[in-house]
Amino acid sequence: MKSLPERVMFTMGDIAAAEGALSAGCRYFGGYPITPATEIAEWMARRMPELRGAYVQYEDEIASITSVIGASWTGTKAMTATSGPGVSLMLEAIGLAVMTETPLVLVNIMRGGPSTGQPTRGQQGDIMQAKWGSHGDYQIIGLTPASVQEMFDQTVQAFNLAEKYRTPVFVLADETVGHMREKLVIPDEKDIKLVNRKQPTVDPSEYLPFKADDDLVPPMAVFGSKYQFYATGLTHDERGYPSDKENIQIDLITRLNDKILKNADDIIDLEKYQLDDAKIAVIAYGTPSRSARRAIAIAREEGIKAGLLRLKTVWPFPEEAVAELATEVDHIIVAEQNMGQIYHMVRSAGAPTPITLMRKPAGMPQLPEEIVQKIKEIDSQ
Amino acid sequence: MTTVQKTLSHPMAKYIREDRLPWIYCPGCSVGIVTNMVARAIDNLGIDFNKVVIISGIGCTGRSSGYFKTGSFHTTHGRAIAFAEGVKIANPDLEVIVISGDGDIAAIGGNHLIHACRRNIDMTVVCVNNFNYGMTGGQFGPTTEHERYSQTSPPPIGNYEHPFNLVKLAASSGASFVARWTAVQARRAARSIQKGIEKEGFSFIEIVGACPTAFGRSNRLGDGVTMHKHLLEVAEIQNGLPPHEAELDYDNRIVCGEFVNIEKPEYTAVISRMRDRIEG
Amino acid sequence: MDRYEVRIGGFGGQGIVTMAVVMGETASLHDDKYVVQTQSYGPEARGGASKSEVVMGDEEIDYPKVQNPDVFIAMSRAAFLSYIGGLKENGILIIDQDLVNIEGEIPKGVRVYKIPATRIADEKVGNKLATNVVMLGAFTAITGALSVEGLKRQIEDRWPRFVKTNLQALEYGLEAGEEAEPAIIE
Repeated sequence: MKSLPERVMFTMGDIAAAEGALSAGCRYFGGYPITPATEIAEWMARRMPELRGAYVQYEDEIASITSVIGASWTGTKAMTATSGPGVSLMLEAIGLAVMTETPLVLVNIMRGGPSTGQPTRGQQGDIMQAKWGSHGDYQIIGLTPASVQEMFDQTVQAFNLAEKYRTPVFVLADETVGHMREKLVIPDEKDIKLVNRKQPTVDPSEYLPFKADDDLVPPMAVFGSKYQFYATGLTHDERGYPSDKENIQIDLITRLNDKILKNADDIIDLEKYQLDDAKIAVIAYGTPSRSARRAIAIAREEGIKAGLLRLKTVWPFPEEAVAELATEVDHIIVAEQNMGQIYHMVRSAGAPTPITLMRKPAGMPQLPEEIVQKIKEIDSQ
Repeated sequence: MTTVQKTLSHPMAKYIREDRLPWIYCPGCSVGIVTNMVARAIDNLGIDFNKVVIISGIGCTGRSSGYFKTGSFHTTHGRAIAFAEGVKIANPDLEVIVISGDGDIAAIGGNHLIHACRRNIDMTVVCVNNFNYGMTGGQFGPTTEHERYSQTSPPPIGNYEHPFNLVKLAASSGASFVARWTAVQARRAARSIQKGIEKEGFSFIEIVGACPTAFGRSNRLGDGVTMHKHLLEVAEIQNGLPPHEAELDYDNRIVCGEFVNIEKPEYTAVISRMRDRIEG
Repeated sequence: MDRYEVRIGGFGGQGIVTMAVVMGETASLHDDKYVVQTQSYGPEARGGASKSEVVMGDEEIDYPKVQNPDVFIAMSRAAFLSYIGGLKENGILIIDQDLVNIEGEIPKGVRVYKIPATRIADEKVGNKLATNVVMLGAFTAITGALSVEGLKRQIEDRWPRFVKTNLQALEYGLEAGEEAEPAIIE
């Protein structure tokens, strides 16, 4: 009866993300149906029981994400998948996961917004939401796959980062990537590198649940173990006890931010295409990066030195890489399927190099020809 | 010397983070009594306390999880049950207990309550009903009676709304064990909590409590002692009464007892059956 | 094979997406091509205009959507009118002539093939649900973009319980495709 997936499949990005999660060891999925992420839930409903995991369909997205936090504290790798309206509901709990340092993965198959928007059309409108949506100062990890294979690979990576840094990780895929079908090759188990959270080794009487190691990440005990702990969304000291002292708030918030920012080099994943001698660089992620790649091939054929910096990680933002790129090229184009979100980050990192935004808040990315046109315009200046 | 100290400590102290005492509760508040009830229930059962997880939401009762010396978690407002579901489903060997208030469980978290009842997930929810949002200073909530006064339902009319009867709500939503006691019926309440923990299914135990600082003051109900005395006077024990008859009229009659104790398939047991069937 | 673009249009319930998926599976898993398959759909589960697309080639596919289809398969009037735009000059247009009439401007040199796929499925195969497989057969015979062997294997893998019906539908489709005489647009 037990059906193992084909090692090679021609399948959707959504399903590749689900398989990536399962390969990463995810055994708990809490979710609520929403276009265009439903296929992930449907796949998990079939696959989870085969692997002795759980698919749970909740009454809403708030319960879904909160249950995922609960599951994670039992030592189970856990995830949810949703789209913009669902993420909006989940944001308070994302703050709780950040504050309690709970590893989890949230796959957002981004559709047109605001509000109900265009459920069956893609967009990249939730990039800033992922970073800033919950209240307070915090960092997040956000990955942006651009193909079916990357939906698998980067969901595995999302779990590894979540476990390593004890943080929620967003997989931010636009609907086109979520719903397109391509070949997926699932590597042999032994070839998939997995990271698991650190566990405490001290005597339970000495355990301080929120005392970080040198990497700024505290070892994590689980429910039912010999370690007793209290975790709260309130500002807490190393014992986990609530505190309204100023220094405790400063220390905690600084560490929560720094554990991501100071490890940015380890987290950030970029792809450079034809950048070596480029005078004009395009920065893009997700589906628009595929348009950009084609545009660059066309521009190169016409003798224009253009290249692409493809962001596979948008959070933490690869500030240094963009700043360096800005010193090497004469002009940067940012192509996004929104009104300009990562553009603002590029502008702050890349100044004073001129930066041009190609915005498109719609279901289809910029056409390659449109990007070629822009490259030519800039080249002739 | 050490023996003297031992005899002086509270018999339930072993379950409590004594380094966090004194706790935040006002004089005359019922939440401390309920904390003791839960500890008693666990003690009576003699279960491994490390396997017990205590979860709460936001509010005065929401702080209670922090005083238990085991794995405990303080979630966002209203989400204690949703968090607890994730814990129980991911590790069914754990004994999951939610302790939270009426505002947390029946207003902002009301949807999670009814759906968890419907799913019949094995957990025990202890809801302290003190008829208002105490921590924010005493505003009316989902169990505040019609025309009662609060900071947001001032005289001359008081509360425009009508209250939920939590026993009826939980019972009609499908909980497999439902009881109500007042904070003064500590032994009976602890016994029901004990039964709730033992029950393989969703158990809901309402503890009608006193909030002299906010609800009591707004409605001139006296101090904590007076309010608790009143609870004892109007409590009417009617074990086995159909839940739809379990009335709660604060001034005159609070029907207490165990109203629902039924058998139905429990969620994590069904998941486990599904897995076994697939494996053949 | 250079980048090769196929667009399929019809109404929800005709198997428009499945057709593109089987096309993609065959090209990707059996014919060893790079393939991207996409679709666009509205809120209707049945009815409404439905469009699916396949881009294939010997090199990695960058831009995933069809821009100027080499082939357009139209299986409803609404889809024909909505999605005919962009068809390449000298491209291929395959229509189910019982459902679609040629209207409006068609690019120069386009070869139009009329395949009564729904009728063949209904009358010869005895199952209207096989319409998309009939059309897949016709497409393969007309364009040679997929290997017949690969397509057969994919049908066997995908529908183990309905292999016979589907292989039969495929044969009728291949036959119809081979026999169809194109009208060339001037």
